[in-house]
Amino acid sequence: MTIGLGHYLTVAAILFTIGIFGIFLNRKNVIIILMSIELILLAVNVNLVAFSAFLGDLVGQVYALLVLTVAAAEAAIGLAILVAYYRNRGSIAVEDINLMKG
Amino acid sequence: MYYAIVFLPLLGAIIAALIALAGARARYPGGPPDPVDASHAHGALSAPGALATLDVLPSEPQPQPAAGSRSAELVTTVFLFASMLLSWLAFVDVGFGHHDSRAALFPWIISGDVKVDWALRIDALTAVMLVVVTTISAFVHLYSIGYMEEDPFRPRFFSYLSLFTFAMLMLVTADNLVQLFFGWEGVGLMSYLLIGFWYHKPEANAAAIKAFIVNRVGDFGFSLGIFTAFVMTGALDLDTIFAQAPALTGKTIHFLSWDVDALTLMCFLLFMGAMGKSAQFLLHTWLPDAMEGPTPVSALIHAATMVTAGVFMVARLSPLFDLAPTAQAFVTFIGATTAFFAATIALVQNDIKRIIAYSTCSQLGYMFVAMGTGAYSIGMFHLFTHAFFKALLFLGSGSVIIAMHHEQDIRHMGGLKDKLPLTYWTMVMGTLALTGFPLTAGYFSKDAIIAAAYVSANPMALYAFGTTAIAAALTAFYSWRLIFMTFHGSPHDRHHYDAARESPMVMVLPLVFLAAGSIFAGYPFSELFVGHDVKEFFRGSLKFAADNHVLEDFDHIPHLIGMAPTVLMGVGFVIAWEFYIRRPELPVELARQQEPLYKFLLNKWYFDEIYDFLIVRPTLWLARALWKYGDGWTIDGLGPDGVSARVLDVTRSVVRLQTGYLYHYAFAMLIGVAALITWFMFGVRAG
Amino acid sequence: MIFPALFFYVFAGVCIAAAVMVIAARNPVHSVLFLILAFVNAAALFILLGAEFLAMILIIVYVGAVLVLFLFVVMMLDVDFAQLRQGFMQYLPIGAFLGGILLIELVLVLITWTIGPDVQRTITTPIPPIASMFNAEALGHVLYTRYVYFFQAAGVVLLVAMIGAIVLTLRHKPHVKRQNIADQIARTRATAIDIVKVRPGQGL
Repeated sequence: MTIGLGHYLTVAAILFTIGIFGIFLNRKNVIIILMSIELILLAVNVNLVAFSAFLGDLVGQVYALLVLTVAAAEAAIGLAILVAYYRNRGSIAVEDINLMKG
Repeated sequence: MYYAIVFLPLLGAIIAALIALAGARARYPGGPPDPVDASHAHGALSAPGALATLDVLPSEPQPQPAAGSRSAELVTTVFLFASMLLSWLAFVDVGFGHHDSRAALFPWIISGDVKVDWALRIDALTAVMLVVVTTISAFVHLYSIGYMEEDPFRPRFFSYLSLFTFAMLMLVTADNLVQLFFGWEGVGLMSYLLIGFWYHKPEANAAAIKAFIVNRVGDFGFSLGIFTAFVMTGALDLDTIFAQAPALTGKTIHFLSWDVDALTLMCFLLFMGAMGKSAQFLLHTWLPDAMEGPTPVSALIHAATMVTAGVFMVARLSPLFDLAPTAQAFVTFIGATTAFFAATIALVQNDIKRIIAYSTCSQLGYMFVAMGTGAYSIGMFHLFTHAFFKALLFLGSGSVIIAMHHEQDIRHMGGLKDKLPLTYWTMVMGTLALTGFPLTAGYFSKDAIIAAAYVSANPMALYAFGTTAIAAALTAFYSWRLIFMTFHGSPHDRHHYDAARESPMVMVLPLVFLAAGSIFAGYPFSELFVGHDVKEFFRGSLKFAADNHVLEDFDHIPHLIGMAPTVLMGVGFVIAWEFYIRRPELPVELARQQEPLYKFLLNKWYFDEIYDFLIVRPTLWLARALWKYGDGWTIDGLGPDGVSARVLDVTRSVVRLQTGYLYHYAFAMLIGVAALITWFMFGVRAG
Repeated sequence: MIFPALFFYVFAGVCIAAAVMVIAARNPVHSVLFLILAFVNAAALFILLGAEFLAMILIIVYVGAVLVLFLFVVMMLDVDFAQLRQGFMQYLPIGAFLGGILLIELVLVLITWTIGPDVQRTITTPIPPIASMFNAEALGHVLYTRYVYFFQAAGVVLLVAMIGAIVLTLRHKPHVKRQNIADQIARTRATAIDIVKVRPGQGL
């Protein structure tokens, strides 16, 4: 059967929800959160490229490229923050990160 | 001239007040100290010297009197004497020269239909009252110079005395009901301030508040009476009301869902004010307690002037009262009951001032009896003479109290007639006048009242006659009891007796003058007040109803009835002599045998207890309930406290959302996104 | 004929499975490795769509650099095995419910949409046919001309990220000697030279 736009979009949607799950279902450590964010960005990229392919518009791919760039930068900064936090707190268990508790 | 009479006391009051304020500032340059607690005041007596030390802590020295104390005394007294002389001139002018006048001052209230001016109404009735008020006040001022010698707060005292006189003068010269009410309230206020003059004594404070509140009950009725007058006649000044009064007979007014006769209701309400102010039966409880004030205050206010304001008001409004026979009957009934009931209580009291206070209460009852029968001039006559001898008795008792170094219980006195001869003789003269000894002033006025009660057509007349006659006997008994126990016999308190000496001239002089007045204020004036010249003397100021023949008839009563008061007076004197001179053990024996009756009279017919139970406790309970539950629980609870407590509750539960965990926040965002998308997909229909 | 579809399903399935394992794995190193797997499969999906340049970039940049960085950090931080169960179950029902809602909605929306008939007119950058130029060249034609600003901006973003990472994590060890140029230039004669009279044989 022909794989249409919808299939790709469905895959992207599933990846997106898995990423969301990862953010609040995890109890282990903060790195999982960062990785879930990467998954979400991946889902967005798949979406963009799928539309680009099926509409025949190259803009989608350009945009996906830029998203990729920004995702990389954000992952780097996120990890740097994580390392600094670990150095100060000694733990990256999610339960321990509640300094904002009101 | 009338402006001078009325406003000189005010000027003196202001000067003395300024001196008092300057003295207070000099005493406490930095502001008042912390209030001293009342425990310092226990055991104190109602005397000036002992109380001067109560203002300061025991470690501090006596407070200094204000720098201008002497000038305050002199200025106010001189002004009062000037006012007195002018009043006598006015009396002659108005009474005999027939120069009635109306001295307008300036407008006061102009509001819709209400138009009230400040104005002085001078007619014969006013002239009589002016004389009474200024004379007694002037002599009390003079007396106080001696009595309050050791008190550091003299300027304030003299200021209050003069201010009181001013208020009383405004009352008697009032041209309209509102101005009368101003004077009415003014004297009530000054009475409060003067009774509570030694305000560090808790008893004085309580007595002052009691006086004010009981007066207020009467004033409530009085205000309602004024309102009724305004509603019925549309005006508040006396001329208009009197002109319209005859047209109001038979008209009814809707009051508390009944239709009652308007004039009766009006007079009844106005008389309620008189009941409060003149300490008549049911609203009398404040007068004995008012003896906590200094003795000059008792003499001025609670013998001669303020308590007579009620009598004066009924006389002034005589045109109205004459048209309301039911109200008149009520007045007579109350007056007669008071006369009898107060006399019974005075029989067994032991405080010298309280005996005289109840005597005042009883005599006021006599005046109201006269008022009720329509013989207004007779009542005014008794007011005139009573002022003299009652003030004399009070001032004399003050002299005794000072001599006995602030002892007031007559059981501790005795045998003072050799130590205080002038005081003794003047008081004897006052007592003779009070009991109605023939040819004294009291004889003419009091017996006139009893005779008038006999001949009157008032429904209560016979009751009034009986009670006033019996009260005459009781009056004689307790008055002579006072004299015998104070001045005769052997002294009970040797120490005080030895220290007693006659008062200074400045205190004795007023006594002598007032004694002269007690004797000579009777016969010369009897023709004017109750004799054949009465109609010409009073002219339009008192109402003489056409069908009221009391004034003519009372001279022509059967001889026996005319002699009855004198006979009863003699009986009272003899019994008092027997009890307290010949066989002093008799009263003690009688009291022991008739214990319940004795206790009943000693406790003032338990009125204070009844009022406390019926009125004071429920009111306090209600006030406390309203405060705790109404104000505290409901309003504060729903208002500020409730809102703040709810805010705290809500925030406390909302703050649990802030866990500090990022993924909780992300979760919340996710929920929001899901909700939004659901709403957009299924809610908003894109057209 | 079935190969495109088969490949699609294989790659998509593995990608999704790997994504699930990312969040379900107990060992964080395993999580990273599964993420790498997911990305590789996604790259394959890109190739299926005809965006081979992007697929390669994904592998080289993302997998090769970013996820390796993840691996570095995971191993450096010495994170130990965590208990998966605790807390997981507590939120699973509500989370699953919400996630399910989201997923269903997404799918509903995406499937029932159709592409409008006049969308052809809105295409700004038509993809040239594969016969004329490859994907990379086509992207290059566009990227350096029409989207040069975005390109430069992306570069700046990366620069900022690099500096930021250094700023956040650089620690000066206390005893390490290093040059402080500003101090060196601001040296004065008083601080530089200290003339001491040294007696022979005494030393300083």
